[in-house]
Amino acid sequence: MRRTARDPRIPVPLLVPATVGVAFLVLPLVGLLVRAPWSSLGEQLSAPGVGEALRLSLVSATVATLLSLVLGVPLAWVLARSRIRGRSVLRALVTVPLVLPPVVGGVALFLVFGRQGIVGSWLDDAFGITIPFTTTAVVLSQTFVAMPFLVVSVEGALRAADARFEDVAATLGADRWTTFRRVTLPLVAPGVAAGAVLCWARALGEFGATITFAGNFPGTTQTMPLAVYLALQREPEAAIVLSLVLLAVSLGTLLLLRDRWLGRAAG
Amino acid sequence: MSPRPGGPRAVRLLTLAGLVALAGLVGCTGEGRDAPPGVAEEEPGEWAGDPGLTGTLTVFAAASLTDVFTELETRLEVANPQLEVRINYAGSSALAAQLAQGAPADVFASADEAQMARLEDDGLVTDSDVFARNPLMLAVPLDNPEGIMPPEGRAGIPSLADLITAEMTVAVCAPEVPCGAAAAEVLAAAGLRDAPDTYDDDVRSVLTKVQLGEVDAGLVYVSDVHAAGDEILAYAFEESSRAVNSYPIGVLEDAPNPAAARAFVDLVLSEAGQQALAAAGFQPPP
Repeated sequence: MRRTARDPRIPVPLLVPATVGVAFLVLPLVGLLVRAPWSSLGEQLSAPGVGEALRLSLVSATVATLLSLVLGVPLAWVLARSRIRGRSVLRALVTVPLVLPPVVGGVALFLVFGRQGIVGSWLDDAFGITIPFTTTAVVLSQTFVAMPFLVVSVEGALRAADARFEDVAATLGADRWTTFRRVTLPLVAPGVAAGAVLCWARALGEFGATITFAGNFPGTTQTMPLAVYLALQREPEAAIVLSLVLLAVSLGTLLLLRDRWLGRAAG
Repeated sequence: MSPRPGGPRAVRLLTLAGLVALAGLVGCTGEGRDAPPGVAEEEPGEWAGDPGLTGTLTVFAAASLTDVFTELETRLEVANPQLEVRINYAGSSALAAQLAQGAPADVFASADEAQMARLEDDGLVTDSDVFARNPLMLAVPLDNPEGIMPPEGRAGIPSLADLITAEMTVAVCAPEVPCGAAAAEVLAAAGLRDAPDTYDDDVRSVLTKVQLGEVDAGLVYVSDVHAAGDEILAYAFEESSRAVNSYPIGVLEDAPNPAAARAFVDLVLSEAGQQALAAAGFQPPP
C-alpha cells in the first residue's frame, strides 16, 4: 500500500530541487521586502505619477490580455486542430516574440505601426491616426510580447483535451463552430484561464517594447515598469517601493480572481 | 502520422531551447572569470616600476564613450600585452547604481558629474578629473517631416525655440539620466517645457527614434551626432551652452588593479586620449 496516492511524503529527489527552486524564486522578493524603506513608504507612494502609472499599467495589461484572448484563442485552435500546411512554421513564427529581445520588438512595431511603417503610414494618410507615443501603442507593445504565452498555453490545453468529445458532438450534428463554443472551449477553460493569467502578468511587467514603441510619458505611456526603471536611476529606494506596489497589486488581483473562479466552480 | 505530431516535436524544441540557454550560461561564466593564468594573483606592489601592466582592468564607462574607449582599450592592451582590459558600457546612472551595490571595478567614467558625486559621497571614489564635455544638439530625421531649419537672414546660432515647437513630436532623455537633466534645462531656458512626447531611458534610444523617423526631432549629444554620421540632420542651438555635461573619470577606492587603473585614466587625459575624444565629437574640458 506504499504507492497509493494518499502517501503524504514527497519523494526526496523531488523535494530537494523543489525547495531550492522555491528559495531561488522567493529570496529576491524577501530581499526587496528587507530593503524597502518602510518609514518613508507613504511619502514614496504619494509621489506624483505613481497612481497614474499603476492605473495605466492595470488598464493597459487588461486590455492587452482581452485582445490576446480574442486573437490568441482562435490562433491556438488553428495550431492545435486544423490541418493547414506549414503549421509548424506558423507555430515557430508565433513564438518569435518570446525569444526576440523586447527592445527589438519595439523597433519592429515601429516598422509596422510607426508613422513611417507599412500599416502606420496608411493609417496616418487615410485617417490621420498616429499610434507611437500613445496608450494604444502601450497596449500593442504588451500584446505583441504577451500573446504568445496565451497561445502556447491554450494550444497545450487543446492538445491535452480529449478530441473524442468533439467527435461525438460532430456525430450529433453540431458544426465545428458550435462544437468549438459548446464543447471545446468549456473543456479547455482552465488552460485558457492559466494562459490569460500568464499573458496578463507578462503584459504588466513589459518594459523594452513599451519604452521603445510607446515611449515614456507620464499619464499616457509611463507604465509601472518604466517608472520603476527610471526611479532606479535616481533613487533605488523609490524603485523598490514601486516594485512592491506592482507586486502586491498583481498578486492581489490574481488571488481575487482565483477565489471568484473557484467559488463559481464550487457553486 | 502519429495522432499528436506536435507533442514530441514540442518536447524536442523545449530541450533545444534549454540547451541553448545552458550554453549561453556556460559561455558567460567562462568569459567572466578569465584572467591570464599566473598573473592575476600578483600584488600590484610586486611589479611596481615595471613598465608592463598585468592582470585585468575593469572599466565602467558611460554608453556614449563606447567608440572612444574601445579605441583606447586597444591602445593600452597593445602597449601592455599582459593586460586584459574589460569595459562595461551602460547608462551612467545604472553604472553608478551597480558600483554603489558593490560591483567590482577599477575605473568609472561618467557622463555627468552628478553620478560621480554620488559615488564620492559614498566614499567609493575620492578623486576625479573632468576629461571631456558633451553639449546637446537637435537631431532631425533625414526626411525632416516638419521642415526644421534655422531661420533665414539671422546671424549666429538659433534658439531652440526657432527650431522646434511644442506641437512637434519630440524625444528627449528622462530627467533621471544625465542627458535628460541637460535636456530639461535647455527646454526650460527656451520656454519649451511641454515639447517632449517621450522621456527615454537613454540617449541612444532617442537617436534610434530619430533615425527611424518616428519623431520630428530629438535632443542628443554632439558625440551621438558624430556617431550617426550622415543618417540624420543636426542643428546646434543657443541654449545648449547652458547645460553642457562634463564627463568625470576616477579610480575606485577598492580598485583591484590600481596601477592599471591609473594608467588608463592617464591615457584618457593624455594628448592621445584627448585627440580620440575630439575625433568623436567631444569637447575638451574647460
